[in-house]
Amino acid sequence: MSLPGSAVAAAVRPDSIAEVVDVLRHTRPASVLPRGAGTKLDWGAVGAPIEVDLDLRGLAGIVEYNPGDLVVRAMAGTPLDVVQADLAEHGQFLALDPPEAGATLGGIVAAGASGPRRHRYGTARDLLIGVAAVLADGTVARAGGKVVKNVAGYDLMKIYTGSFGTLGVIVETTWRLHPRPPDRRVVTFAGHDGALVRRLMHSALTPTAVEALGEALVVVFEGLTPAVRAQADAAARLGEGVVTTTVPAGFGVRPWLPDGIGLKIAYEITGLDVVLAALRRLPGTRVVGRVGVGVLEAGLPAIDRDQLDRLRAVVARVGGTVVVLAAPEETKRRLDVWGPVGDALPLMRRVKDQFDPEHRLAPGRFVGGI
Amino acid sequence: MTGELAAVIRDLRTAVGAQRVLTDPLQCRTYECDGLTHFRVSPAVVVLAECTDHVRATLRICSAHRVPYVARGSGTGLSGGALPVADGVLLVLSRMREIVELDIDNQRAVVEPGVINLSVTRAVASQGYFYAPDPSSQQVCSIGGNVAENSGGAHCLKYGFTTHHVTGAVVVLPDGSLVHLGGKVIESPGYDLLGAFVGSEGTLGVATEVTLRLVRRPEHIQTLLAGFRSVTDAAGTVSDIIAAGVLPAAVEMMDRLAIEAAEAATHCGYPPGADSILVVEVDGSAAEVAAHFADVRRIADARGAFEIRVAADDAERALIWKGRKSAFAAVGRISPNYLVQDGVIPRTALPDVLREIGRISADCGVRVANVFHAGDGNLHPLVLYDDAVAGETDRAMEANGRILDLCIAYGGSVTGEHGVGADKVAYMGRQFTPEDLDTMQRVRCAFDPAGVSNPGKVFPTPRLCGEAPGARSGVHPLQEAGLAAVF
Ligand SMILES: Cc1cc2nc3c(=O)[nH]c(=O)nc-3n(C[C@H](O)[C@H](O)[C@H](O)COP(=O)(O)OP(=O)(O)OC[C@H]3O[C@@H](n4cnc5c(N)ncnc54)[C@H](O)[C@@H]3O)c2cc1C
Repeated sequence: MSLPGSAVAAAVRPDSIAEVVDVLRHTRPASVLPRGAGTKLDWGAVGAPIEVDLDLRGLAGIVEYNPGDLVVRAMAGTPLDVVQADLAEHGQFLALDPPEAGATLGGIVAAGASGPRRHRYGTARDLLIGVAAVLADGTVARAGGKVVKNVAGYDLMKIYTGSFGTLGVIVETTWRLHPRPPDRRVVTFAGHDGALVRRLMHSALTPTAVEALGEALVVVFEGLTPAVRAQADAAARLGEGVVTTTVPAGFGVRPWLPDGIGLKIAYEITGLDVVLAALRRLPGTRVVGRVGVGVLEAGLPAIDRDQLDRLRAVVARVGGTVVVLAAPEETKRRLDVWGPVGDALPLMRRVKDQFDPEHRLAPGRFVGGI
Repeated sequence: MTGELAAVIRDLRTAVGAQRVLTDPLQCRTYECDGLTHFRVSPAVVVLAECTDHVRATLRICSAHRVPYVARGSGTGLSGGALPVADGVLLVLSRMREIVELDIDNQRAVVEPGVINLSVTRAVASQGYFYAPDPSSQQVCSIGGNVAENSGGAHCLKYGFTTHHVTGAVVVLPDGSLVHLGGKVIESPGYDLLGAFVGSEGTLGVATEVTLRLVRRPEHIQTLLAGFRSVTDAAGTVSDIIAAGVLPAAVEMMDRLAIEAAEAATHCGYPPGADSILVVEVDGSAAEVAAHFADVRRIADARGAFEIRVAADDAERALIWKGRKSAFAAVGRISPNYLVQDGVIPRTALPDVLREIGRISADCGVRVANVFHAGDGNLHPLVLYDDAVAGETDRAMEANGRILDLCIAYGGSVTGEHGVGADKVAYMGRQFTPEDLDTMQRVRCAFDPAGVSNPGKVFPTPRLCGEAPGARSGVHPLQEAGLAAVF
């Protein structure tokens, strides 16, 4: 995958944390783009040209895994799939399911990528319990640890999650794990609206995913067989649901095409109908998303500035925001891809200045030109 | 009193009203400590804030005069987080206790910081909801304090901590400016500064409004109390439950001394002769609870539980919990003085660590009662002593310190939920490197460059917030040269 922006001066692939430190020290003040498998490099703003392409796939492997503690520590360049395979042998899993095949742990954290199971388990922000990062000046710094419950020091795991490489190079991650559910039932409703989602949300049912998939609503229950069977039957009766054991094609897959526009829309849960109505007015829109937590993804062939502004105005009425995650580079240059950030932007800039005073990490790719 | 302080008092009286500014030493002494009572400092000034504007004005005035301030909720903290600064302002938020909005449809509550934790659940219970984080102090502690400490509780094993249940906060920064972090929505573009604020122990600013997630009450709850002849059997039961793929809502453990104390205080009727007890609660759908509860019983049996009691109804459940939830206060019955500890270890190290705590207790000649959230390895050893006996306080302190070192040695943490505060500052340098701590303080410098917000807490040495050498906050040179656009 080629990098957005202009040509890269140097590509480096360190094999250890010490080598990452060396690279950052020796290339000062060149701009650096930390990256994993490159599955989401086209997310975010285009940014300034990158002089050092810092490929972290050499930092791979599980460092520590004690199944009895339900915790795993792994290098940031390790692909999630590889980690899951090891955990599965012990009946456990990392409850993150972003759809990009081959994505690395570090990339998932930096992009804040998640999937359908977010409904139950949250995102990387909720599961990451320890982190090591190399800052722009070569400082190696850890936060958190390897125990699930820990309030010693600031929770830097939260600010690295979704920071798009702009605060530090994530080199090692430690995660809370969950027991792998033995069985699954899937309830599919052909059509959906806010009323159906509302009935589901206010019932005592405990799905692991509540997904819009185009016009359909897919509700997933994972757990013990008798429990998921009973819950799926009860859920099906909330509308005209059909119960199966497998998810439909396209489940949880990002709804945009390689050259298309990919939007991420966060909104108050009850705003679903408002957001869907606004999206339907844009031709060729496909929607996928976590309607139980209030996050939708939309894929569409094109969008112009006016359409984006109008969509943002509607979504703002239900407390939400619209981010243009993926789009052709020319399109991104014409749009404000992150949109308004609110009154905390100056504070975010100060955080950036503290972590990366020379603005060399992923410059210009984040909100407000950070 | 310094000239600066006199000016601060004058400005505060004008800004928030003289009746909300206390300077009488006797009145100020009410606030000299939090739940960690052996640290006491009387503040020079106390401000009783009633609204966000009062908080803004107070912080603006403190910053302008470079006078430190400390925020305080209900003052139940156990690490000295709300310990005042002698020449500073103590900002009390307990009068800001309005539930601003209950938005059941969006599963959110918007509250002022002084709102008591349990009031939130009480306000939404009739609609089938609850606020999940449930510290044992939940009848008195405030949401603002919970946010600052990232408080946990018995049910956090399944439901997570405060940080998982806060989606928004209105925060007054130390310079008096206001920022809106998050809201009712689950995420917003930009850095997750809300995530950094939660658990920052009052060092990054003051929350004046908090948006909380409300959780649907589980359909079924089952609670069991099991008595064991040895701590190892109880600890083994916990490991086996987790290994069986069961995630209980809570797994709590108490040892013989803690049971004895609870019995004396609450007559909770825990199994006589037990060397340790486990309280296990499972919740969820009927079928799920039935299956998992059967697993838990079978495992406890196999590990030699000599008595297993199942709560038949809410009243019996409350009785089982009563002994556990009152354990801290209860040890006061069997010892003139005690220290509450809050270490964390990887769960599988539990039997080894308990053995070593026993050794430390014997070495130092002080008794240690153990109460803990066993499911997540969060220990609350209670070190019992009598300060009237010469040398005993020192020996208790020594035992206390050695237990924390033990937690660090096993790869754990010196605090799982009570915070670093003033109490554990000295241990931060053992758990983290200077680089780790310095990096955390970069966040501090972004929020509070003047260092006036709860100084002396969390970090052993403050970072100087001046611009780093070569710092440049403008645009990137390549951008400047027209080679790149921002969007
Ligand atoms: C008997 C007992 C049992 C306890 N059990 C538990 C338990 O099970 N789990 C647990 O986690 N804790 C427990 N605690 C500890 C304590 O109750 C919690 O830490 C609680 O969150 C403190 O809330 P508070 O309102 O009393 O805060 P305070 O003690 O007043 O303040 C705590 C910290 O929060 C800061 N602060 C307060 N309000 C704000 C605000 N609005 N904005 C910014 N900073 C603010 C203060 O500066 C201070 O640093 C227990 C305490 C006691 C006495």
